[in-house]
Amino acid sequence: MVPITTLHYLVVAAALFMLGVIGVLTRRNVVIVLMSIELILNAVNLNLVAFSRLWGLHGQIFAIFVITDAAAEAAVGLGILIAFFRNKETVNIDEVDLLKW
Amino acid sequence: MTPVATPFFFYFLAALTLLSAILVITRKNAVHSALALILGLLAQAGLYLMLYAPFVAGVQIILYAGGIMVLFLFVIMLVNLERSQKEEQFNRQKVAGTLAAIALGGLFVAVFIRGKALFPASSNQIAEGSNTQQVGELLYGQYMFAFEIASLLLLVAIIGAVVMAKKRI
Amino acid sequence: MLDYVTSYLSSNTTPGQAGNLVWALIYILIVFGGVSVAVMAMNWLERKALAHFQIRLGPMRVGPHGLLQPIADAIKLLTKEDIIPERADRLVFWIAPLIILCASFAVYVVIPFGPTHAITDLNIGILFMLGVSSLSVLGVVMAGWASNSHYPLIGSLRSSAQMISYEVAMGLAVVSAILMTSLNPSGTGTLSMIGIVEAQQQQQIWYLFKFFPLGFIAFAIFAIAMVAETNRAPFDLPEAESELTAGFHTEYSGLRWSLFMLGEYAAMIAVSSIAVTLWLGGWLRPFPNALTGATWDLAFSLFPGFLFLSLAAVAWVGVIRMPKHPYFRIQTLGLAGFGSVLGLIGLVLFVPPVRDRIQDIFWFTAKVAFFMYMYIWYRATFPRYRFDQLMRVGWKVLLPISLAVLIGTAVAGMVL
Repeated sequence: MVPITTLHYLVVAAALFMLGVIGVLTRRNVVIVLMSIELILNAVNLNLVAFSRLWGLHGQIFAIFVITDAAAEAAVGLGILIAFFRNKETVNIDEVDLLKW
Repeated sequence: MTPVATPFFFYFLAALTLLSAILVITRKNAVHSALALILGLLAQAGLYLMLYAPFVAGVQIILYAGGIMVLFLFVIMLVNLERSQKEEQFNRQKVAGTLAAIALGGLFVAVFIRGKALFPASSNQIAEGSNTQQVGELLYGQYMFAFEIASLLLLVAIIGAVVMAKKRI
Repeated sequence: MLDYVTSYLSSNTTPGQAGNLVWALIYILIVFGGVSVAVMAMNWLERKALAHFQIRLGPMRVGPHGLLQPIADAIKLLTKEDIIPERADRLVFWIAPLIILCASFAVYVVIPFGPTHAITDLNIGILFMLGVSSLSVLGVVMAGWASNSHYPLIGSLRSSAQMISYEVAMGLAVVSAILMTSLNPSGTGTLSMIGIVEAQQQQQIWYLFKFFPLGFIAFAIFAIAMVAETNRAPFDLPEAESELTAGFHTEYSGLRWSLFMLGEYAAMIAVSSIAVTLWLGGWLRPFPNALTGATWDLAFSLFPGFLFLSLAAVAWVGVIRMPKHPYFRIQTLGLAGFGSVLGLIGLVLFVPPVRDRIQDIFWFTAKVAFFMYMYIWYRATFPRYRFDQLMRVGWKVLLPISLAVLIGTAVAGMVL
């Protein structure tokens, strides 16, 4: 069996990133778009922690900061969603077009 | 302490993570997506443990799976519409979006092949016992400024979220 | 193969650390079996103790003094019809009790019953415990949502809001206890559960009494927060019958409801174990450093045997006081048998090899049992908190006090 190297983790992280990007670009439900953004952030975290195995603990510190920022961003994003939902009773991101000409 | 059955656990956890990611982006019901994301986050915490990062794994479980996902579930319960499950789930640019993501994957492969000289092939073993202590020393020593900025960011996010979600300010 | 099994016995660590899968599995089975038996015993004790607090008798019929009542309850719950509301989300309805159960039971992997008596000793032990026990909030939220009915929804929202509010105060109290572990000569603290108890042994003080009253206030904050965390009285508004018709588990019947009950009691035992490990010295006997010496060790080591003998004596007093009626013959025989088994266990615990090995496990279990009795006592004594009062206590009272205790502990550790 091939020993598990950093490359394996990078491939998993890249696949997660791609799936997150597909989710952000193709889904219409706002909450699922926000969850796809969390997938992207997780992929980045996995990448950072995989490299920190080789090059020191700085990757893990950065990963902790990324998790903190993800929490803040999720809170603010969901607040925006609630504020918008109160105006227009929809979670469809295609209908967020009030400023379109 | 010697690791046990590393390839099996890696493939199992990686498959679980990718499967849950696929479920997140394909489910009609937002609650099912959230459940799949929780499973993916826990599997990712397992991957962090395999990378000898127990503190990040613990933080992932507490904050991500136990905090952020609870927030998501609350909001999903608030805005859940039966109507949205019967509508078309994927928007008009689904083909273009998927192709763009695949192109991005191709870009990753190209970057890896070109920059292969930068990636050491084998990984050296890090001592497992003192990870939390070293993370703490770095976090409160070298990265103290970033730590304080992060706490300020969280304060701003709390105030912003409360203000935005209020009915009358 | 046999060598693999016996090689663990000579190593002085937990099975997880030794990497020995067979012994880890054996320990897991013992712990989970023990917890299940403890949950059943807790069910019986709660009904009997609550009844005696309210000057009535409680279950008396099913076995002698209701000892077989939990088994009757289990049989009833297993044979009940499994009703799922018509428009409920079946997948989420099915998965919610499983999440609570898995989250509550996964915590037992790191609970230390002795210096090497744990399934494993993670070096992020306490972080793992706090994180995994916070996953049960997800199960509560989903149980209420999946039931597709307004009482469970409101109950689950209130219950989860309460749980995440008190998690913050719990976490800060735990951090102030962890701070105290770093006050040893090498200057580094530890997050591992076994390491915390060994730090208490090294610093020759239970953290309950350290920097008095800071350790005590931190313990009090944790004790209050853990009662709120497990949705028990006096913080049980989300599941009280008169308020919300059983809250988030209203629509669950039969076996599914029993999974909720199992998860709740298992969570109670788990957070009590955290409190015992962090502040009450884990598996250390009382006064490990004040009353040292072989005679004191011997005196304290006789305690388990005497405890079981006194329990056997209580059972035999019950036998003597049984009515002398032919209908009660079976119950009298049953109680006499139970008393004899307790007495036999007590006698076995006097035998020196058993006596020496059982000390750590006994003291840990005795302290956790004390906390379980306190849970029942709180339920019988205190009136229920209203929800806004509950949230006020969590955020406006416990959180500032725990922050102050944390800063005080840090300052005291630097100065003293």
